[in-house]
Amino acid sequence: MANNLGLAVKPVTTTPPEEVERVAAWINTEEYKELNFKREALVVMPPHACQPLGAELVAHAFEGSLPFVHGSQGCASYYRSTLNRHFREPAPAVSDSMTEDGAVFGGQNNLHEGLENAIALYKPKMVPIFTSCMPEIIGDDLSAFIKNARGKGLVPDDVPTPYANTPSFNGSHIHGYDAMLVSILQTLTDGKKLDGRCTGKVNLIPGFDANTGNFREYKRIFAEFGVPCTILGDISDVFDSPLDGTYRIYPGGTPLADAGDSINGKATINLGPYSATKTFAWVKDNYAGKHQALPMPLGVARTDALLLAISELTGKPVPESLKAERGRVVDAMTDAHQYMHGRKFALYGDPDQLIGTVAFLLEMGAVPYHILCSKGSKKVAKEIQELLDSSLFGKEGKVYMGKDLWHLRSLLMTDPVDALIGDTHGKFIARDARIPLFRFGFPVMDRVNLHRSPIIGYQGAINMVTAICNTFIDIVDQTCEDRFFEMMR
Amino acid sequence: MSEKIEKKTVAGITRESTQAMIDEVLAVYPEKGRKKRAPHLAPNDQLSGKSCVKSNKKTVPGVMSARGCAYAGAKGVVWGPIRDMVHVSHGPVGCGWYSWGTRRNLMSGQLGVDQFGMQFTSDFQEKDIVYGGDKKLKTLLFEAKELFPLAKGISVLSECPVGLIGDDINSVAKQSSKELDIPIIPCNCEGFRGVSQSLGHHISNDTIRDYIIETREFPEPIGPYDIALIGEYNIGGDAWSTKPLLEECGFNVKAVWTGDGEMEKIAATHQVRLNVIHCYRSMNYMCKVMEEKYGIPWIELNFFGPSKIRQSLRALAELFDDSIKEKVEAVIAKYDAEMQKVIDEYKPRLDGKTVMLYVGGLRPRHTIGANEDLGMTCVGSGYEFAHSDDYDRTAPEMPEATVVYDDASELEMEMFAHVIKPDLIGSGIKEKYVFQKMGLPFRQMHSWDYSGPYHGYKGFPIFARDIDMAINSPTWKLVKSPF
Repeated sequence: MANNLGLAVKPVTTTPPEEVERVAAWINTEEYKELNFKREALVVMPPHACQPLGAELVAHAFEGSLPFVHGSQGCASYYRSTLNRHFREPAPAVSDSMTEDGAVFGGQNNLHEGLENAIALYKPKMVPIFTSCMPEIIGDDLSAFIKNARGKGLVPDDVPTPYANTPSFNGSHIHGYDAMLVSILQTLTDGKKLDGRCTGKVNLIPGFDANTGNFREYKRIFAEFGVPCTILGDISDVFDSPLDGTYRIYPGGTPLADAGDSINGKATINLGPYSATKTFAWVKDNYAGKHQALPMPLGVARTDALLLAISELTGKPVPESLKAERGRVVDAMTDAHQYMHGRKFALYGDPDQLIGTVAFLLEMGAVPYHILCSKGSKKVAKEIQELLDSSLFGKEGKVYMGKDLWHLRSLLMTDPVDALIGDTHGKFIARDARIPLFRFGFPVMDRVNLHRSPIIGYQGAINMVTAICNTFIDIVDQTCEDRFFEMMR
Repeated sequence: MSEKIEKKTVAGITRESTQAMIDEVLAVYPEKGRKKRAPHLAPNDQLSGKSCVKSNKKTVPGVMSARGCAYAGAKGVVWGPIRDMVHVSHGPVGCGWYSWGTRRNLMSGQLGVDQFGMQFTSDFQEKDIVYGGDKKLKTLLFEAKELFPLAKGISVLSECPVGLIGDDINSVAKQSSKELDIPIIPCNCEGFRGVSQSLGHHISNDTIRDYIIETREFPEPIGPYDIALIGEYNIGGDAWSTKPLLEECGFNVKAVWTGDGEMEKIAATHQVRLNVIHCYRSMNYMCKVMEEKYGIPWIELNFFGPSKIRQSLRALAELFDDSIKEKVEAVIAKYDAEMQKVIDEYKPRLDGKTVMLYVGGLRPRHTIGANEDLGMTCVGSGYEFAHSDDYDRTAPEMPEATVVYDDASELEMEMFAHVIKPDLIGSGIKEKYVFQKMGLPFRQMHSWDYSGPYHGYKGFPIFARDIDMAINSPTWKLVKSPF
C-alpha cells in the first residue's frame, strides 16, 4: 500500500534555476548563519566519530593484538574501513556479529563463539574487546561474559583479554581510545609491579594520533637522547608495514612484555591530556617513577617542553643533534614567515591536536581565526582562549565548542579566512569558500602518504610550514595575472 | 538471459583440487565453526546453473567477515544516492560519519542547496537513550526543512539504539510530514536486523513501496519507450554512462534508482513501460512489486564489457519494436568498433591472466564477462551478502570447479589466494592491502578504486586501463629485494 504518509499526489516538479540560485546565495549570508547557529537537534557534518573507532586504533597498537568488537558486525566493518582508507594498510579486526536474537538473549553466546573462532583462526597474543551500541543498550556484562569464557577454556591462559565499554552515544573516538588503552595497561601490568625494579625506560603515552610518522619521530627523538622508551600504543609498524610479498597480520606494536613492565618505568610522559585523561590518571596512581603531563608537541615551544622534560626526567642533556635541529626549524620558520604572517586560518579537530595547532600558528605570526571543536568542553575552550590571549596574533581568534562543519561553513562564508586546517571531511566547505585545506587531522582519505609525514616535533613544524607556505605560493602562481607571474617568490 | 551455457574450464583446477583447498582452510576452524562454514564453500557446478553454496545465513562470530549491516544497506546503498533528499542517520554519530562520502555514488547539484550528500545525524547522547529520541527527531526535521528548503523529502534511517529503546519514528515521521508538507520516510533499518546489508536493501525497498511510489505523477503522458533504470547507483559516474547509452538506443529514461536519483521521479516510476535492473540483489523487490501491482515487466541487464553489453541491449530490444532494434544494432556497431580498439590495446598484456573476485551485489558475476573480454579468466568468486538466486545466476558465468565462497572470512580468502595465485584480486577496501602486501595486484571493485565509471561503453576503456595498470604496474617488480 503506497502513500502511507497520506500526502496529496502531486506532479513531478523541477526546482527553477533561479530558485536554486537564490538559495545558493542565501546559505552564504549572515541571516542564514544566525538561523544555522540556532540549531538545537540537527547535527550536520560533525568532524568526529564514535568511541569504538578510537578503541580499535589503540587495540591494534600492541604486539599480536587482535581488536574484537562486541556488537553488530557492520560497526566493525565501518571502523576497519576507516583505518584502511586513512593508512592504506590492512586493519584486521573481528566482531562477534550480534543480531536480533542477541538483543533478546544478550551477547554472551556470540562473544564466546567469536573468541573461540578468532583465536583459532588468527592466533593473537592479545584480544582487546570493546563494545558498539547494541550491547551497551541491552546491558551486556562483559566482565562476567569474559570470566565465563575463561571458565569454559575458550581463551588460552596466556592470551590477555582487556575490555572496555565504549558506548557510541557518549564522547567521541578519543574517549574510546582512552578507555581501551587504560584497560590494556591495567590488564598487562597486573601483578607486574616489583618493588625496587626500574626498567630505566621512559614510557610515552602519545594520545590519540593516527600519524605513523609522528610515532617514528618520537622514537627518533628518544634515540637521539640515548634514552630507551616504551610507547604505550605504538602504531608505527602496525600501520606502516613493508610490502615485501608477505602479509603479516601483526606487523608491529608495543611488545606485550614491555607494556607489562612499563609499570616499573623510570618515568611516564603523557602527550594526550584530553585523549588519554583516564589512562594517565590511572598511571599516576599506579606506575613507579615520575609522571609528567605535557601538551602534544606541535610547534617549537611545545617540542622544547618535551625535550626539556625528557632531559629532566632522565638527567641527560638535550643532545647537540636536537639543538642543531631546533636551530634548523627556527631557520625554516623565519625563512618562510612572510608567507604565513597575518594569514587567517580556520581550524577544527580533536582537542589535543587543535590546541597544538593554534600554538604553532601563533609562533608563525599567523592568525588562528575560527577555532572549532565538535566535541569540546569548557576546559578546552578556556585553554585555547588563554593561548589566544597570550599572543598579539590571537586577538581576533574565536572559539566554537560543540559546533559542526556546517556551522563552520557559515563562518567561512560570512567572515572569510585564507585557509582551513582539518581532515578530509573539511574539503567540501573549503571548496565552497575557495580556500586550501591542510590535512593535518584524521582521517585523510583523499591524499597519499600524509600519515607518514610527521607534524610533531621540530621536523613536524618544518613539514607544516612547508606544506602551508608552498600551497599559498602555488595559489599565487596559479591565479595571478600574467604580468605578476614572476621567477622568484 | 537463457542462452545455452558453454562449458568453461581452467587448467589445473578440478573439483578435487578445489575441494582439497577448501578442506585445508576448514581444518583451521574449531568444530562448530567448521560445520557452519563448510556449506558456504564449494567448487562451482557450472552446467547445473544452480548455486553450489548456502547463503544469506548468519555470519559466524569472530571469523573476520567483510559484511556490513542493514543500516549500511539502507543508507549507503538505497537511500543515500537520492541526491535531493536529506538523509538523517538517526542515532549516535558514528554510523553516519563512516558512511559519509565513502561509497562514491556521485551526485549532481550544489551541496547543501539542491543536493545533500552530507552527513546529517541526530547525534544521540546518553540522555536520548534514556528518555528516547522522538522529540529530538521532530525538532531536527523542522530544522532540516528550514535550513535546506529545496530538499524534496527527508529519510530517517534508524541506527541500532533506536529500535532497542522503542522509539516510534514512524509516527513522528507521519505527523511531521503533514505539518511540513514534505515526505518524511521512516526506515527501520537498525544494524542488528538480519544477517547483512541485504535486509537493509529489502527494508528500504519496502519503505519505497509504502511511502514513495505513486505519490507523484509525470505531467506528460506515458510514452512507448519510457523506462526506468533500477539498481544503478552511479558509482564513479556509472549512471552518466548507462543512462545516455539507453537514450542513444531510443529509450526515455524517466528515473534512475537511485544513483544521482531524484525523489519525485522515483515516486512516479509506476508510470513506465519497463524496468531495467542492473543490481538485482538490492532492488529486485521493487521490480517485483511494480510488476505485480502495475504490470510493469522488468529485465535484468549487464553493462560491463562489450560482450555483455551487446547481449543485454539485444535482449532489451527484443521487447520493443523494430525502430528500437535498428537503433540498438546501430549503437552496437558503432561502439563495438571502438571497444575492439580497447581490447587490441590491452588484451596482449592481459591474455591468460586470472582474477579472483569477492564483492557485493552483482559484481561477482557481472564483471566476469568484462574480464573475459580482456582475455582473463575468473578463478574464484563470491559475495558478501548474496542469496541463492544470485549464486544460481553466477554458476554459469564461472568456469567449472572454480571455488565459490559465500561471506568469506579473511583467512579463507588469504589461503585461497595462496593456493590459486591469481594475477588480480577484485574486492573491497578491507581486503585490498592484505593482498597487496602479499604482492598480489588488486582493484577495489565496490568503489572502482577511486576511478570509474566502469559501466557501459564509456566505462569499459577505463575498466581495461585500470585492470592493466593494476597487473602491470612496474612497482610489482620492486617487491623482491636484491638483499
